[in-house]
Amino acid sequence: MSQHEIDAPAPDAARSGRHTAGAFDIRNFIGALLGLYGVILTLMGLLGDKALDKTGGVNANLYAGIGLLVVSAVFIVWARLKPIVVPDDVEPVQDDPTRPAPKRRPGSH
Amino acid sequence: MQAMAGAPAADTLISANAVDYLIIALYFVFVLGIGVMARRAVSDSIDFFLSGRSLPAWVTGLAFISANLGAVEIMGMSANGAELGISTVHYFWVGAIPAMLFLGVVMMPFYYGSKVRSVPEFMFRRFGTGAHLVNALSFALAQLLIAGVNLYLLGSIVHALLGWPLWVALLVAAAIVLSYITLGGLSAAIYNEVLQFFVIVAALLPLTLIGLHRVGGYQGLRDKITEFAGSAPASAAVPPADQQLQSWPGEALSGFTSPFWSVVGIVFGLGFVLSFGYWTTNFVEVQRAMASNSISAARKTPIIGSFPKMFVPFIVILPGMIAAVLVKEIGELKAGGTPPGGASGEGVKYNDSLLLLMRDVLPNGLLGVAIAGLLAAFMAGMAANISAFNTVFSYDLWQRYIRKDHSDDYYLRIGRLATVGATVIAIFTAIVASSFSNVMDYLQTLFGFFNAPLFATFILGMFWKRMTPTAGWVGLSAGTLSAVVVAFLSKDAFGSVSRGVIPLEGQGAAFVAASAAFVVDIVLSVVVSLVTQPKPVSELRGLVYSETPRKDLVDPMEHRLPWYRRTLPLAGISLVLVTILNFLF
Repeated sequence: MSQHEIDAPAPDAARSGRHTAGAFDIRNFIGALLGLYGVILTLMGLLGDKALDKTGGVNANLYAGIGLLVVSAVFIVWARLKPIVVPDDVEPVQDDPTRPAPKRRPGSH
Repeated sequence: MQAMAGAPAADTLISANAVDYLIIALYFVFVLGIGVMARRAVSDSIDFFLSGRSLPAWVTGLAFISANLGAVEIMGMSANGAELGISTVHYFWVGAIPAMLFLGVVMMPFYYGSKVRSVPEFMFRRFGTGAHLVNALSFALAQLLIAGVNLYLLGSIVHALLGWPLWVALLVAAAIVLSYITLGGLSAAIYNEVLQFFVIVAALLPLTLIGLHRVGGYQGLRDKITEFAGSAPASAAVPPADQQLQSWPGEALSGFTSPFWSVVGIVFGLGFVLSFGYWTTNFVEVQRAMASNSISAARKTPIIGSFPKMFVPFIVILPGMIAAVLVKEIGELKAGGTPPGGASGEGVKYNDSLLLLMRDVLPNGLLGVAIAGLLAAFMAGMAANISAFNTVFSYDLWQRYIRKDHSDDYYLRIGRLATVGATVIAIFTAIVASSFSNVMDYLQTLFGFFNAPLFATFILGMFWKRMTPTAGWVGLSAGTLSAVVVAFLSKDAFGSVSRGVIPLEGQGAAFVAASAAFVVDIVLSVVVSLVTQPKPVSELRGLVYSETPRKDLVDPMEHRLPWYRRTLPLAGISLVLVTILNFLF
C-alpha cells in the first residue's frame, strides 16, 4: 500500500505549492475559541465581580484569562508555522472480495 | 450571586449570569461551525465513516481520549475520588495506559493494515459470520444504550445548572449532536472531540487549582482528609486516611479486605481483563485510530493519547477529593448524613461533587467555562457513541446482511439516517433512564461483560492460526455468559437480582466476573479449535501474526521520523512515566 504520508508535512512540502487546509485547520478553531474565552475572562477579571471569597483571594478570572490567551497564541502560531498540507490525491480504498462490494463512484477523490 | 445565599432553596444549583451564557453560546457556535466546515470535506462514505483516513496522529490521539472523557467518566471518577480518594487513579494508570500502549504497539497494525472499516469487520474476516454477529449486534445495542445514558446525564446537568426542563434540555442537546454528525460525519465528531478536550481542560484545571488553593495546597488536602477520616463516625464506613491518600494496595477501590488480593484484583481484573477488553476492542476508541493517515499514525494514536490520559486524574479525581473536604454537603454525605438538594433534587450524591465545588469556588466567567466544559464532555461521549454506532450499523449490519450491493452514495445516506435513528432512540433511552436509573446501571454492567471475552478471542485469533471460526463464536458467547453468571451469583452486581452465593461486591465482583469470562473464553476456544476445522492459511494474511509479512505491519517510512515521533520510543516513555506516577502516589 503506497499511502505513506508522514503524519505531518515536511517543510519543503509546503513550498512545493500543494494547497493547505487553511481555515479548516482544527488548530485555528481551538486558538480562536480559547482566545475569545481568554478575552472575556481577562475583562471579567479586570472589570467584573472578582468573588474573592470563593477563590480564596485570587483573581482567578484574570489569571485564567491570561493563561487562555497564551495557549490560544500557541495554537495559532503553530498552525501558521506548520500548515496542514492536503495531499493531491488520496489512495482510494480497494474493493475487498470478502465484503459485499461498495461500488465506488468513478472519479471520487 | 444573591441566589447563592440560599443555595438549597434556589431553583438552580448554580447561578449563571449573562457572561456565563455568552461563553456557553460561543462554544455551541464553534461546535456547529466545525460541523458545517467538515461537511464540505465529505464526498463519500469512507470520508463520512472513517474521515477519509486522513487525520494526523495528535488529532486522533486527543480524540481517542476525548471520546472516552464523557459524562460517566468525569462525574463518575470525581465521585469516586470524593468517596474513595486517590486509589481511583487505578482506572487510569492501571486500567487504561497499559492497554492503550498494547493496542498501539501490538494490535493496531492488524486493524489498520487489514483495511477493515470496523472492529466487527475484523471479527468477520478472521472468524466469519457467527462471531461477527455476536460482536456487531452487542456493540450496536450497547452504543445506543450508552448514548442514551450520556444524553440523560447531559439533560439532567443542564436542568440542574440552568433550570431548563429536562425534556427541553434533552431535545436541544440531541439536536446539536445530531446536526454536527449528520453534516460532517466522523471528521466533525473527531474535530469536535479535540476542541472539547481543550475546553474540558480549560474548565477543570482552574477548578482544581483554585480548590487546592482554598484547602491549602496538596499538603493541606492531605491534612484535611486525614482529619476527616479520623473524626468521621464509624457507621459512615469512611476509608482510613492512608487508603484514601495512597493508590496501592487500593482496598477501598477493589472492595477486597486482603491487601494481597486487592493488588491481584486490580492488576489482573482491572488492569488486564477489563481494561484490555475495553481499550483494545472497543470500536468507539479504535475508530479514532482508523481515521488517521498512515499505519504509523494509527499506532501512535493510542500512544499519544496515553500522555494526556495519565494526567486527566489530576483534574478529575483531585477536585472530587477536594469537594469531600471543602463542600459542606459532600462532607455531610461522606460522614453518613443525607443532605437535601443535589442535581437530582432527591438529595446530594457523590456525583454532584464537581458541580458543588464549581458552585463554591468559581467566579462568574470561569463558571461559564466550567459549564461549557461539562456540556462539551457529555456531548463528546454521546457523539462518539453515535458515530461508532452508525458505522457498525451501516457497514456491518445493513450492508452485510440486509442490502448488499448498493452504491457508495446509498450507504452514505444510510449512515446519515442511522444517525438520526440512533439519536431518536437515545432520546427515548434517556427518558427511560430518568425513571429507571438502576435498571440502566445494571444494563451497562451487562454490556460491560460483552467486552471482557472479546480481548481473549482477538488476541488468541491474532497469534494462533489454528483457532477456528466455530471457536470464535463459541468462546465469545460462553465467556459473556460466564461473566453474567458470576455477576448473578455475586452480592450486588445486578442489584437485588444477584443471589449473593459468591461473597463479592462492588468492583471486586466486576473484576472476578470479567476474569471468569476471559479464562472460560480462552479454555473453550482452545478446546473447540482442536476439534473443528480451521480457516485455510491463505485467508489469514493480515489477520494472524505468523501469516502476515512483517512489512505489512510496520510503516516503512517510520525510520525517517525523528526518534520522538516513532511508535516504540513513545510507548516506552509513556510506560516509564506511568510507572513513576504509580510510585509517587
